[in-house]
Amino acid sequence: MIAEAGHYALVLALGLALIQSVVPVIGARRGDVALMEMARSTALAQLLFVGASFTLLTTLHVMSDFSVVNVFENSHSAKPLIYKITGVWGNHEGSMLLWVSILALFGALVAAFGNNLPASLRAHVLAVQAWVAGAFYLFILLTSNPFARIAQPPIEGRDLNPILQDIGLAVHPPMLYLGYVGFSISFSFAVAALIEGRIDAAWARWVRPWTLVAWIFLTLGIAMGSYWAYYELGWGGWWFWDPVENASLMPWLAGTALLHSALVMEKRNALKVWTILLSILTFSLSLLGTFLVRSGVLTSVHAFATDPARGVFILLILCVFIGGSLSLFALRAPHLKQGGLFAPISREGALVLNNLFLTTACATVFVGTLYPLGLEVLTSDKISVGAPFFNLTFAPLFVPLLVAVPFGPLLPWKRGDLLAAAQRLTVAGIAALLAIAVLLAWMRGGPVLAPLAIGLAVWVIAGALTDFAERTGLFRIPPSVSLRRARGLPRAAWGTMFAHAGLGVALIGIVCETTWNSEYIATMKPEQVARVAGYELKLQGLTQRQGPNYRETLAQFAVSLDGQPLPAMTPSKRSFATRGMSTTEAALLTRGASQLYVSLGDASADGGIAVRIYHKPLVLLIWWGPVLMAFGGMLSLSDRRLRVGAPKPARAIRKLQAAE
Amino acid sequence: MTRKQRRLTMIGGSLAVLAVAAALVLNAMRDSIVFFSTPSMAAEKQIPPGKRFRLGGLVQPGSLVRGENLAVSFSVADGNTTLPVAYKGILPDLFREGQGVVAEGALDASGTFRADTVLAKHDETYMPKEVADALKKQGHWKDDYAAKPGQGAAK
Repeated sequence: MIAEAGHYALVLALGLALIQSVVPVIGARRGDVALMEMARSTALAQLLFVGASFTLLTTLHVMSDFSVVNVFENSHSAKPLIYKITGVWGNHEGSMLLWVSILALFGALVAAFGNNLPASLRAHVLAVQAWVAGAFYLFILLTSNPFARIAQPPIEGRDLNPILQDIGLAVHPPMLYLGYVGFSISFSFAVAALIEGRIDAAWARWVRPWTLVAWIFLTLGIAMGSYWAYYELGWGGWWFWDPVENASLMPWLAGTALLHSALVMEKRNALKVWTILLSILTFSLSLLGTFLVRSGVLTSVHAFATDPARGVFILLILCVFIGGSLSLFALRAPHLKQGGLFAPISREGALVLNNLFLTTACATVFVGTLYPLGLEVLTSDKISVGAPFFNLTFAPLFVPLLVAVPFGPLLPWKRGDLLAAAQRLTVAGIAALLAIAVLLAWMRGGPVLAPLAIGLAVWVIAGALTDFAERTGLFRIPPSVSLRRARGLPRAAWGTMFAHAGLGVALIGIVCETTWNSEYIATMKPEQVARVAGYELKLQGLTQRQGPNYRETLAQFAVSLDGQPLPAMTPSKRSFATRGMSTTEAALLTRGASQLYVSLGDASADGGIAVRIYHKPLVLLIWWGPVLMAFGGMLSLSDRRLRVGAPKPARAIRKLQAAE
Repeated sequence: MTRKQRRLTMIGGSLAVLAVAAALVLNAMRDSIVFFSTPSMAAEKQIPPGKRFRLGGLVQPGSLVRGENLAVSFSVADGNTTLPVAYKGILPDLFREGQGVVAEGALDASGTFRADTVLAKHDETYMPKEVADALKKQGHWKDDYAAKPGQGAAK
């Protein structure tokens, strides 16, 4: 019954989405408030039914009801409860259900908190949202029904892929989807604006917080995924330029550009058409990511196991939405009132530069990700585009961007003075040069590129702090005054500082990890000692242990640095009988921002075991950077509540605050 | 600056960045792209020693030999041809005889494929009907971690 109820709830959600796609648009045409308002109730009801559907699927997983195909294929009665729950989205059908649930959540949020939106804009936004939702409900119901039953229920399930049996699965996909799908709001706003043929600074003010929310989640989601890959896959890599990763990076790059261009539109009422286009492109890239990951074109070993109808269906959705919205854009954009041009040297100019580099970098990732697919279709040659390609294209485009980052916040709107900004950045420049000189002297004869890159990172961080120091008059006026000024500083300024500094922090981590990583790979026997980067690791012995649904081999390592004992490390190798697969559980020892990393390979016949030991200096900065960025985003988001001064009557402002 | 000059600066700047990006992409395309071959394709194309490519196929059952100090050798087969592969290091968790594998490296003078990277990807439901089918596209074993389609749908 539960499965049928879940299925039925999903069908009802589809019905609601269909109503929501049509009725509000008619209402907006006729100026009928009642019809327009219907969008809000349907959006909320949609969330209710999809939420119910999702909850019911979760219940089935928790109850281990193996008469449902999805549960049978991805669960096991001995699986720990947390993985029974996360296993709901650890498979194709369930993750699509999570996708639409989050879509419905965002739609409902607009419906619930969009009081200050003009009625027709709200109606259109929710209608567009329902078009997307309707398409994906159909997709799930027609090709990927998670509630399908098995005629003869088996006694035991086939278990979840062991690699996914990790806390990472609880965090990473929901975060990523909140980001991916969150961009649907800016997409809906953009399409609604095109339909209405009207767009102004207020539009940007409504869109920016939604974009920011999506961006924060996407940033954290990508960082979390990277850290998960790092500790779970057992070889210490944190980014592989894999198509699936690129699929999430592209919307992030476009979304970051969108955040910045929406700022120009909000403050200066310029770059309107471009911002609309970026909103469309960002969500299109999210859809493309969904297509790449979900259709099976990339995960090719599984390709023949996947129903080809799915790929075709998502491709169809992709074509309709991207093609449709871009056609609408081509048709309507010329009629939108253009904002003014502005001086190249100005805050606006700097933000345009930011957009230029971010979108170009995004385009190179796009080419690198899709070129192999295109080539295979055209010539049936199979190629792989890996890290070398992206290092040669993406990295050079990011260097000028990073050089320019500190200038942006220091340039005033309308017309800036590059020289004055440069003067204020003298300290940051000296700090960067000093860092380069010290590193070069210290690493004499070592790599040259790494110190330069760290200098660049120091430049970005010091530049972000410079803006802050300038605004608070730090070191120039009495500290108490500075402190008061710092407290009075808008949260958005704090946000900018953290987000930009986070970029530099991540860069330091990336450079240190890739340049000064030391490794030791060998077969070790008990009592043998490995020396890595000054650390001594002694293999004390191997033990066996039985877990809930696996057996594991643990290796105990006694760790010491210069004779000082440190906490022991116990990496393990788990083998899961149901799937006949094994996973590596790396042991991590964190020292400051650096980590010692031990993972196991296969045991050899003579009692030894293959071991990988890495010392990864400052590796944690790679993820602290994005966390700082997301924190900056949150600060900036909280600023919007305090925001007054928009040319609106007082009552409307209060509503705006409540809405945000 | 006049309006026209401003507009020209903007457009000129954008075109310059795009041109640089295009040049970077074309340059990288020439140098850093690795082709994918199965053993029979490799034999057919007569790939010269030292040229990097990705070799994909199934690990020939019974061919895996572990040597001293993590050296391993195995053969990759695609139904028609097999190619010996030498690798030094730890094989991925999902590596197994009879299962799909992708190795990156180059042939040496003796015709052995010297791999510096080995990727394996499968789950126990992965049973290709035809090897050619299985090798239709290259596989990244790590895709498994992010809840990809198929592991549930593989029937």
